[in-house]
Amino acid sequence: MASKGIKDQVAIVGMGCTPFGEHWDKSVDDMLIEASSEAYADAGIAQDDVDAYWFGTLGSGVSGLTLSRALKIDYKPVTRVENMCATGSEAFRNACYAVASGAYDLVAAIGVEKLKDNGMSGLVGAPLPSDGTRPELTAPAMFSLLAPAYAKKYGVDEAEMKDVLTRIAWKNHYNGARNPRAQFRKEVSKEKICNAPLIAGQLGIFDCSGVSDGSAMAIICRAEDAHKYTDKPLYVKALAFAAGPAAGPIDPDYDYTTFNEVSASVADAYAQADITDPRAEIAMAEVHDCFTPTELVLMEDLGFAERGLGWKEVLAGTFDLDGELPINPDGGLKSFGHPIGASGLRMLFECWLQLRQEAPDDRQIRSVTEDGKTLGMTHNLGGAPGECVSFVSIVGSELG
Amino acid sequence: MTETRRPRRGIIGYGTYVPYYRLQRSAITDALGTGGGRGTRAVASFDEDATSMAVEAARRAVRNLEANGSPFALDALYFATATPPYLDKTNANVIHAALDLPSAVFAADMVGSSRSLGGALRAAMGSPHPTMVASADLRSGRPGSTDEASTGDAGVALIFGNETDAPVLAEPIASASATAEFLDRWRLPAWNYSRQWEERFGEHAYLPLVTEAVDAALKQAELEPSDLDLVLVTGLHARAVRGAVAAAGLGAVTVGDDLVAVLGNTGTPHLGVVLASALDRAEPNQTIMTIHLADGADVGVFRTTDALANYTNGSPVATQLGSGTDGLDYNTFLTWRGFLDREPPRRPDPVAPAAPPSLRSQRWKYGFVGSRDESSGAIHLPPQRVSVKGGAVDEMEPVPMADVPATVVTFTIDRLAYSLSPPVVAVVIDFDGGGRFQCQLTDVNPDDVSIGDRVTMTFRKLSTAEGVHNYFWKARPAA
Repeated sequence: MASKGIKDQVAIVGMGCTPFGEHWDKSVDDMLIEASSEAYADAGIAQDDVDAYWFGTLGSGVSGLTLSRALKIDYKPVTRVENMCATGSEAFRNACYAVASGAYDLVAAIGVEKLKDNGMSGLVGAPLPSDGTRPELTAPAMFSLLAPAYAKKYGVDEAEMKDVLTRIAWKNHYNGARNPRAQFRKEVSKEKICNAPLIAGQLGIFDCSGVSDGSAMAIICRAEDAHKYTDKPLYVKALAFAAGPAAGPIDPDYDYTTFNEVSASVADAYAQADITDPRAEIAMAEVHDCFTPTELVLMEDLGFAERGLGWKEVLAGTFDLDGELPINPDGGLKSFGHPIGASGLRMLFECWLQLRQEAPDDRQIRSVTEDGKTLGMTHNLGGAPGECVSFVSIVGSELG
Repeated sequence: MTETRRPRRGIIGYGTYVPYYRLQRSAITDALGTGGGRGTRAVASFDEDATSMAVEAARRAVRNLEANGSPFALDALYFATATPPYLDKTNANVIHAALDLPSAVFAADMVGSSRSLGGALRAAMGSPHPTMVASADLRSGRPGSTDEASTGDAGVALIFGNETDAPVLAEPIASASATAEFLDRWRLPAWNYSRQWEERFGEHAYLPLVTEAVDAALKQAELEPSDLDLVLVTGLHARAVRGAVAAAGLGAVTVGDDLVAVLGNTGTPHLGVVLASALDRAEPNQTIMTIHLADGADVGVFRTTDALANYTNGSPVATQLGSGTDGLDYNTFLTWRGFLDREPPRRPDPVAPAAPPSLRSQRWKYGFVGSRDESSGAIHLPPQRVSVKGGAVDEMEPVPMADVPATVVTFTIDRLAYSLSPPVVAVVIDFDGGGRFQCQLTDVNPDDVSIGDRVTMTFRKLSTAEGVHNYFWKARPAA
């Protein structure tokens, strides 16, 4: 028994991604139509060419009908997918497997979320009937638990920790300012980030990702067919996913400085893609920066920094747009907000642009253009520290 | 044939609960230009009600009993309150569940006037079996009123039993009552304040009843006033309470502190709280008379025993009154009591717990009973069927965790979450001997929280939605 992966068996041949933001004037249907129209055009296909769909949304609709009704799909399989904040990635993963199995020639993975219609601050869950004993923390509060635990374990004082978190937000806003599809397209000064009102723990408002609406789609075919659709396909190198016992909140062995699910999923992904030195081999990564401490911890869990040294790498600029390993060159959740079903595919869209050297000049990363690196990662997680699901994909512009 | 003697019966254990917060009465005067006065009143936090305070008092009574080497077993539990969180539904069952009592233990409310405590005490003293009387009120009045300043919030629990159950600490040797119908204090169920007839009329109605009941009790006990070591007088009519000793002709007896200056008048439980406070300091073989004025007069005479000298109390009233904070601001007090309707955050309202899952997890939700994996020893909160260590299935035994202390592993201040008293302080805690839990930390200044802080569990009301009180446990800083 092993996770064998489907390295180089399937390819992405077209993508679409709406601008993310407060789309008061757009419905779920509007965003689905925009993302899919762009993806079809990008791949040079018509909707009828698509054999099956994987449709991800956390709460902007139920069943495949939410997609098929909007797009008037002509009696094709549509699978509705939900896996918390990794929903978009999960739609993509399952769509890839359908092609690799030989069941379909051409499929689409699409994600959407409409968050701004509910009138609330932050993300709002739909509670199940319960005994009322589950802790009812907000998302920023749950992720803010990482900061004091990390600082204590590695001897980072409170002011240094604030600088580290501030730098992550500053970097992602810097990148997002260069992205016309981002929700927030302005650089934000470190002073402004640092002095923003507190939301939870050490986290100010700029340590939290925004709340936005958006949709993104990928068109997938077998690798050998890829050049029928594009000269510059992206090949899927690895798809990994981990859900665990979610025991962090009840297991004293969990120390709130790591995501076990991320470590497990990324180890699987590196094995599938034959990656042994991720920091050297990977050109860029889009990671799940829902809150700034999440990105810090991810740098260590994903193997981009040594344990306990991630904070120093952040301060040294290792992960900046012009750094050794650019992280979230599109601006991340920080600049895009987090329309849940769409985020994983939005991350993939940045790999699509960067690895094919189609990002705007002021955002195109040198690790691709100058260093000739060909691999990109998307990382997507859902849940909370100690109890999450984690997805990792690795895609590349070359076979082999 | 040897003569069979009825076993000695009386108070075998007791516990009190004084909330963390105190309001300076001068804060009322400062805000309103009227009302208030000197001293402080105890204030139940936003997450407490009469039931949760009674649970905390009952837990202390049980802990004290067990700490003194006696087993805890009950035949019945009575909950006396004038401020029941529920009508139609028995509030005592929440206390029953929080103490993780066997289903065979009877539980009932004595609800309505502050005389309900007298009813519960009579039932407990008259029973041949171990019986707990728990009592608490959540009291206030309209802003600026005498009631607002003079009342207070607290809980008490008294366990009655025979000397065969546990050493008797104080034995009732007489009790007498006088009852009359008159209009002194009243409140409709929907009101959050009481009304009172003119003060001098109440004094006129009460004092003859006090005299009648005191005379009857002394006669029953075959005592003279000079035999009394201490007299405790409680009741909601302050003027009649002040005049009771003189009216009853008790002369120069020692009158005990009624705690109103620092605690406030806690209503239904007050007689019990004042008696407990007296027992905290009493010597063996003292005679204590209690006089309670509530739609009549109820008089009891207790004789302390030698066992009292050896009884240790983990949380005497004086210790509780000396801890906590008296820095509660008046606006917060008004908000908690529902007199100041503040703008809520733009977040969803709390959701009511559902009945079937609450029943399924009763020992967890109310009793804080987790599970211990018999193979690995790992403790699971909430209880699990599959172990997080080794994956053993259904090899769990229940493990009560409510009285186990814990340490803060990490924490956060949630300024976004809904709360009547933002910000919410959330902690991850590890229990001594194993087990981890994530919950709210209450009764704390958010600026004072650190990793490594010691905490204990406390029974609270997390929220109320759709008329359902969501009771569960929070952590609070260890005393």
